[in-house]
Amino acid sequence: MRTVIEPPSTQDSPVSILPEFGGAYKNTPYLADREKKLHRKLCSSLEEAIQRSGLQDGMTISFHHGFREGDKVINTVVGTLAKLGFKNLTLASSSLLNCHDPLVEHIASGVINRIYSSGLRGKLGEAISNGLMKVPAQIHSHGGRVHLLQSGELKIDVAFLGVSCCDEFGNANGSRGKLSCGSLGYAKVDAQYARNVVLLTPEIVPFPNYPASISQDRVDLIVQMDDIGDPSLIGVGAARATRNPRELLIARRAADVIVHSGYFKEGFSMQTGSGTASTAATRFLEERMSAQKVTASFVLGGITGAIADLHEKGLVRAVVDVQSFDSDAAKSLRTSEAHLEISANEYANPTSKGAYVDHVDVVILSALEIDVDFNVNVITGSDGVIRGASGGHCDVAAAANLVIVVAPLVRGRIPTVARRVATVITPGESIDVLVTDHGIAVNPKRPEVEQRLRDAHLPVMTIQELRQRAVALTGEPEPLEFTERIVGVVRYRDGSVIDIVRQVKN
Amino acid sequence: MNARRSMLFVPGDNPAMLSTAFVYQPDSVMFDLEDAVSAREKDSARLLVFHALSLPAYRDIEKVVRINRLDSEYGLKDLEAAIRGRADGIRLPKTDSADEIHELESHVDRLEKECGRPVGETKLIAAIESASGVVNALSIATASPRMIAIALAGFDYLVDMQTSRSGGSEPELFYARAALLHAARAARIDAFDVAYGNVDDDEGFLREVQIAKQLGFNGKSLIHPRQVYLLHRAYAPTEKELEHAKKVLAAADAAHRNGKGVVSLDGKMIDPPVIREAEEVLRRADVA
Repeated sequence: MRTVIEPPSTQDSPVSILPEFGGAYKNTPYLADREKKLHRKLCSSLEEAIQRSGLQDGMTISFHHGFREGDKVINTVVGTLAKLGFKNLTLASSSLLNCHDPLVEHIASGVINRIYSSGLRGKLGEAISNGLMKVPAQIHSHGGRVHLLQSGELKIDVAFLGVSCCDEFGNANGSRGKLSCGSLGYAKVDAQYARNVVLLTPEIVPFPNYPASISQDRVDLIVQMDDIGDPSLIGVGAARATRNPRELLIARRAADVIVHSGYFKEGFSMQTGSGTASTAATRFLEERMSAQKVTASFVLGGITGAIADLHEKGLVRAVVDVQSFDSDAAKSLRTSEAHLEISANEYANPTSKGAYVDHVDVVILSALEIDVDFNVNVITGSDGVIRGASGGHCDVAAAANLVIVVAPLVRGRIPTVARRVATVITPGESIDVLVTDHGIAVNPKRPEVEQRLRDAHLPVMTIQELRQRAVALTGEPEPLEFTERIVGVVRYRDGSVIDIVRQVKN
Repeated sequence: MNARRSMLFVPGDNPAMLSTAFVYQPDSVMFDLEDAVSAREKDSARLLVFHALSLPAYRDIEKVVRINRLDSEYGLKDLEAAIRGRADGIRLPKTDSADEIHELESHVDRLEKECGRPVGETKLIAAIESASGVVNALSIATASPRMIAIALAGFDYLVDMQTSRSGGSEPELFYARAALLHAARAARIDAFDVAYGNVDDDEGFLREVQIAKQLGFNGKSLIHPRQVYLLHRAYAPTEKELEHAKKVLAAADAAHRNGKGVVSLDGKMIDPPVIREAEEVLRRADVA
C-alpha cells in the first residue's frame, strides 16, 4: 500500500516510519469471526491458559489471597505448572497462608525459586526458616507490594486470579456467585500490573457482569475452574472471632483506650487489623459508640461482619474494604452502596496519589512480639521461625494518628514484650500505645495520650514495667540462635530493607 | 471495702491461670483445692496455691482458698497452707451445720497464732450444697464473727433435692436462694448465687445474673474469666439510676445544709432509706 498523504516538511517524524494500514483485522483477527471474537478469552483448561499466556521458565507468576485459608488457586496452579515441567519461577502472591504448605515440595523440586509475599506461615514458613530456598524470600507489606510493582522491581508476567464470577470478557468480581470471597482489593492490583491476566472462575455469567471489580480491559484469558476456594475458611486463623477471655479482655481495654485517647469524636475513622483481639475490639467499641452517640466516618481494612454490622446500624457511614474477612462482610459489600471495594494501591501504597491509610484516625494492630522501643514483629515466632504476615501493619502504623498494638503479655511461657524483637516489621516510632492483659504502655513520644489514659484511670504502666512483669511470670527466655545465612528480607513499605530473617539453628 | 460481686474460681492445679487470673479483676479470686483438683494433684496444687497467694499482682484482690472438707485427708493441710500464705478468706465446701464452722474456726484460731497472724484476720465463707445446709443457713451464717458470706452451690444441692437445673426462671432453686438470702441479710453478711456451668452460653448466664441481682444477691461464684466482666456490667447501675441517685444525694445535702429534716424530690419524700439506696447505687457505679 502506498503512502496517501505527503509528509509536511515541518514535522519531525516522517510518516514513513509509521506502520502502514494492513486491513481492518490485521491486529484483531478475531473480530472477523463472530463467534471467536466473543469467546476468544475462554480456555478449555488451565493447561491451555498457561500455554496461551506465554509463561516461560524463570518468569514471575502472581496470586491474590482473598480466600485466605480457603484458597485453592495457588496449590492448583503451581501443581499444574510442576506437572508441565516449569522451573525457576518467581512466586509473587499478595500473601501465603497455612493452606499453602504444598508449595514446600514445589520449591524443593525447583518449580519455584523465588518468593515475594506479605506472609509465610505453616510448613512453608518453617521450611524457609530452615533454609529451603537458595534466594531469600522477600517479605513486603500490602502497600509496599504495590510500590514494588510500580518501581519495576517486581514484574508480574502472568497473574492467576481466582474470582467468584466473571463474564466471557473478564468483567469479574468476588462479591457475587456461590464461592464469594468479597473484595478483590489485592487482585485488582495484579490485574493492573501483570503482563498477562488469567482469571479462574467457577461461574461464567452473562455479559456484561457488574460490578466489575476487575474490568474486561485488564483480562487476557479465562478458565472455568469449579473449586477456587472455600469461603467458609476465610474467617479462620488470623481473622477468626474469639471467645478467649484474655483476648476479650485485651479487646475491651483497647476499646477503652480509643474512647479516652482524644480521638473518639464524631466522624472519627478507624481500622482493625487481623488478629482476634483486634477484630473483637469492634464489638466493644459498638457499645461505647451507641452510648456516647459517636459515629465513625469510615472503617478501613480487612472487613469483618462485626464492622458491617456497625455500618448497618448506622454507626459507621462508609466501609472501605480491601479484603473481606467473612461472608457477612462479603454480603455487605454486595448490598450496601457505602461499602466500597478498594485496591491495595488505594489502601496503603505509600507512593500512591492517595492512600486511605493516610486518612485513618485510630488503628488497632496485633503483634507477635513488641520490644521496649515499641518495635513490632508480626512475622517470626518466639522460636525465630517465620509464621506470620507483614500485612498492612507498617502501612497503617506509619499513617494513622493513633496506633494501638494489642497482645497478651505472655504467650505460653514466652514474654511478648521483649528487650529487642527478633524481626522488625514496624518501627517503634510508628507505635503509640501497647494494650496487654496486664496493663497499657504508652510510647513516651505521646505524653498527651498517656495523660488522657491516666485521667481515665486506665491501668497505664511503662513498657519496661510490663516487660519486668512478663519476665517475672515466665523467667528470661533463652536467646534464639540463628545461622549466618539470610532466609528472608523484610522490606519496609517504601521498598527499603528494614530487617532480615536468618536461618534458625536447630 | 470493695464490693463483693464476683468470686472467680481458679483451679489450684493450673499454674497459668494461677499466675494470671488477676488480670480479669474479679472482686474475689477463689483458688480451688477441692473439686477442681484430682486426688493425685492435691499436694502439688497446694504448693502452687501457696505460691500464688504471695504474688504482688493479687494485692488488690480478695484472695480466698477453697479447702477440702476437714474430714478429708487434705482439709487441714490445705487450711494451714492458706493461712500461712496469708489468704484473706477460707471457703468451706459442703457446709451442712454451724458445728462445721465452729470446728473450722478453732483450727483457724490456732494456725493464725502459730504463724503470727492477728487472730480473727482470716475470714470465712461457707458454701451450702445440701438440703440440710439450706435449712441451717441462718445458724451457719451466724456461727462466727469471721463469717463474711454464704454461697449457694447448685449442683450438689439439686442432686440432694432429687432434681436438676431447668434453665429459664429456675423454680428448683427458688427456695434455696430465698433461704440463703434471708440468712445472709439477717446475719448482715454477703450472699453469693450459684455458678453458671455452661461457659459458652453468655445469654443464659446473664439471664441467671438478672435473677440473682433482682433477688438481692451480692454476686455470683464464677467459673470462667469471661463471666467477670459480664457480671460486673450487669450489676453496674444504669445511667438513669445513677443520675437519680446523684439528684437524691444533692437534695439531701442541700436539706442538711439548710437545716431541714425531710425533703422531697420530684414529689417523693427523701428519707434515710432512700438516701442509703442512692449511696449504694453510687458505690456500685464506682466499683464498676
